[in-house]
Amino acid sequence: MSALMIRDLHKSYGGLEILAGINLEARTGEFIALVGPSGCGKSTLLAMIAGLETVTSGEIWIGDRLVNSVQPKDRDIAMVFQSYALYPTMTVRQNITFGMESRGVPKAEQAEAVKRVAALLQIEQLLNRKPGQLSGGQRQRVAMGRALVRDPKLFLFDEPLSNLDAKLRVDMRTEIKKLHHRVGKTTVYVTHDQVEAMTLASRIAVMNQGSVQQFDTPKRIYDRPTNMFVAGFMGSPAMNFIPARLTGTTSIAVRAADGSDATLALAAPLPVGAPKDVVLGVRPEHIYRFTTDLKSRKPAVQSMQAPVELVEPTGAETLAVLRLGDLEITGRFEPDDAPIMGETITLGIDMSRACLFDPTTKALL
Amino acid sequence: MSTHDLTVPVAPPATPWRERLGTMVPILVLAPSLAASFIYVFVFTIWTLYLSLSNSSLMPTYLFVGLDNYASLWANRRWNIAYTNLFLFSGFYIVGSMAIGLLLAILIDQRVRGEAVWRTIFLYPLAVSFIVTGTVWSWLYNPVDGIQAFVRGLGWADFSFALTANRNTAIYAVIITGIWQSSGFAMALFLAGLRSVDPDLVKAAQIDGASVSRTYRKVILPTIAPIFLAVAVIQIQFAIKTFDLVAALTRGGPGVSTTFPAIYVYDLMFQRGQIGEGAAAAMMMLAALAVVLVPYSLWIVWRRRAEGRNG
Repeated sequence: MSALMIRDLHKSYGGLEILAGINLEARTGEFIALVGPSGCGKSTLLAMIAGLETVTSGEIWIGDRLVNSVQPKDRDIAMVFQSYALYPTMTVRQNITFGMESRGVPKAEQAEAVKRVAALLQIEQLLNRKPGQLSGGQRQRVAMGRALVRDPKLFLFDEPLSNLDAKLRVDMRTEIKKLHHRVGKTTVYVTHDQVEAMTLASRIAVMNQGSVQQFDTPKRIYDRPTNMFVAGFMGSPAMNFIPARLTGTTSIAVRAADGSDATLALAAPLPVGAPKDVVLGVRPEHIYRFTTDLKSRKPAVQSMQAPVELVEPTGAETLAVLRLGDLEITGRFEPDDAPIMGETITLGIDMSRACLFDPTTKALL
Repeated sequence: MSTHDLTVPVAPPATPWRERLGTMVPILVLAPSLAASFIYVFVFTIWTLYLSLSNSSLMPTYLFVGLDNYASLWANRRWNIAYTNLFLFSGFYIVGSMAIGLLLAILIDQRVRGEAVWRTIFLYPLAVSFIVTGTVWSWLYNPVDGIQAFVRGLGWADFSFALTANRNTAIYAVIITGIWQSSGFAMALFLAGLRSVDPDLVKAAQIDGASVSRTYRKVILPTIAPIFLAVAVIQIQFAIKTFDLVAALTRGGPGVSTTFPAIYVYDLMFQRGQIGEGAAAAMMMLAALAVVLVPYSLWIVWRRRAEGRNG
C-alpha cells in the first residue's frame, strides 16, 4: 500500500501555473526527496500535501483517504519547517506538547510522549529552555521532536537544513537518515541541495518549472537521467555536455581542441531514428588519463587529446578544466595522477557510463 | 654600533586639521539639539520643582515655603477630581483603545478585501487634531442637535444620549472620544506586529490542530507582547498630557466634572496667577508619568541585559 499518492495535481494562482500535473507515490516507510531549483514548485507541492495550500485540480491521497479538502490537523501529518517555526514564547516542552494540548490528549499521556521523544532526540536537558536560548542544531532537533511526538502517517520536511552552517548541515543530515531508519516513517523531504537528496532519499523526484522531470532511485537518477535538466542538476561538478555528430550507428565524432574531429565508439548502438546531431553527456569522474591498463580494465574507454587549461586541487580529488573544441569540460582526477596545467593529455572517456541526449528535445536517447 | 635611547620622547605626528574637524563634526551637529533638550527637559523641570516649593504668585519669586503648595493643592476638591479623572480616563482610554485597536488589527489581518481602504479609514482619526475631534464630538454629544436629536427625529421620542450634559457621565464622553481618536493608531502598531510574525508559526499551529482563537491567544499574541507594552506606554503619555481634547469637548465641565490636571495647571498658572501651586500640580503630573515610565525603562534595560546574556 502506498502511504502517499498524488494524481495529476495542478496548482495555479490566477493565470500563473505553479504545478502542472504532478504524479507521485510513496510506499509506506519510504523517504522521498523533492529536489529542484528555487521556484520549481517543490515547496508549494509540500504545502498542498500538508493542506496549507488549496488544490486547483487533481487528487492527494494519504493512506487510503482522499485528503483534498481535509483540514491540515486531520491529515495525520507532521511538518518540520525551514525556519523551524518553534513557538518563541513557549519552552521546548510546551512546544512539543502544544499539538497534543490542542487535541485534548490527557496530561499523563503527554508527559509520556515528551519523555519518549526527548530521549530519542537527546534533548532532555533542553526541555525547560525557550527556543531563543538554543543553538541552530538544537532548534532543529526540537522541531523534529515536535513532529515526531505526533506519530503521524506522513512526515513532511521543508528544507530543514538550509539555515544551518555547512558542517552542522552534514551532521544533521546523517542524523535525519539515522532517525528515519529507526522510526521508519514515510517522509517527504523538500530540498534544493542535490547532495541531501542523493544521500537521504530512497527515491528522488527532480522537479523543474512545475513538473516532475524524473522520479526514480538516486542511482538511476544519477546514472541514467531522463533529460539534460536532470543530468545537469544532479551532480557536482555538473555533467559535461559535449556536442557530437553521428558518424555511424555505433560511433560519434566530437571536435577536439585543434579543430580536428575525434571519433569515439559508442558502448551500445543508438536506437533507430536517433538525430544526426547529439549531445554527449559525461560526468567528470568518468574522464581519466588514458593508459593501456585502463583500456584493459574498462574496454568501453575511448581516447582523445585535450590541453589542460586549469587545475583545481581540492585535497581529496583534483579537478582539471580541459579544452575540447570551443568548450571547456571538467574532469575529476586522483591527486597523484592529476594533469599539470599547460600539458596536453590523452583523455580516456568511459563511454559505457556516458549518456546521449537529443539536442532539440533535451531527452535521453 | 648604535643604541636607541628610549627615554627621548618622540613627538606625535601633528594631526592634520581636516582630520580633527572630521572628529568634531558629529559633536558640533549634535550640540544644539543636545543643549536644547538639556535646557528644556532638565533645567526647566528643576526650575518648576523649585517654583513649586516657592511662594510664586503672578510672577516667579524665590521665597522657599516648603510643601505648602502641595498641601493646598491636595486640599482642593477640583484638583482631586482632576487627578481622579486622570486615572479613570487613562485606564479606560488605554484598555479601550488597545482592545478595539487589537480587534481591528486582527480583523484586517484576515486578508480582507480593500485592506488599504480599511486601514486608512481606521487610521484617519489620528490625522485629525484634538481640537477638531473635540469640537465635532461636542456637536455629536449635544442633545439639541447631536445624535440624540437625530435618533429622536427617526421616531424614538424617548431616546436619550446626552453624556456631556450630566456631570456623572461627562468623563465617559471624553473617554469614548479619546478611544475613537487613538484606536486606529493602536491598530496600526498591532497590525505591523501581526505582520511581523513568521507565517510558518501560524502554519505550524494549524498542523498542530490549534483553532484560530487558540493560535492567536497562545502563539501570535504572546509573540508580539512587546508591542502591547509599547502601545500602552505611548497611550499613557497621551492620556496624561490630555488638554486640548477636553478643552474643545467639554471645557472641563459640566461644573468641574471633566477637569484634567493639564487644564488645572494651565488655569492656576496663567488664569489665576498662582504659579507656585501650578508648578506643584505640574510636578504631580510628572510623578504620574514617572510611575509608568521608570519601571518601563528599567524593564527595557533588564531585558536588554538578559538578551545580552543569552546571546
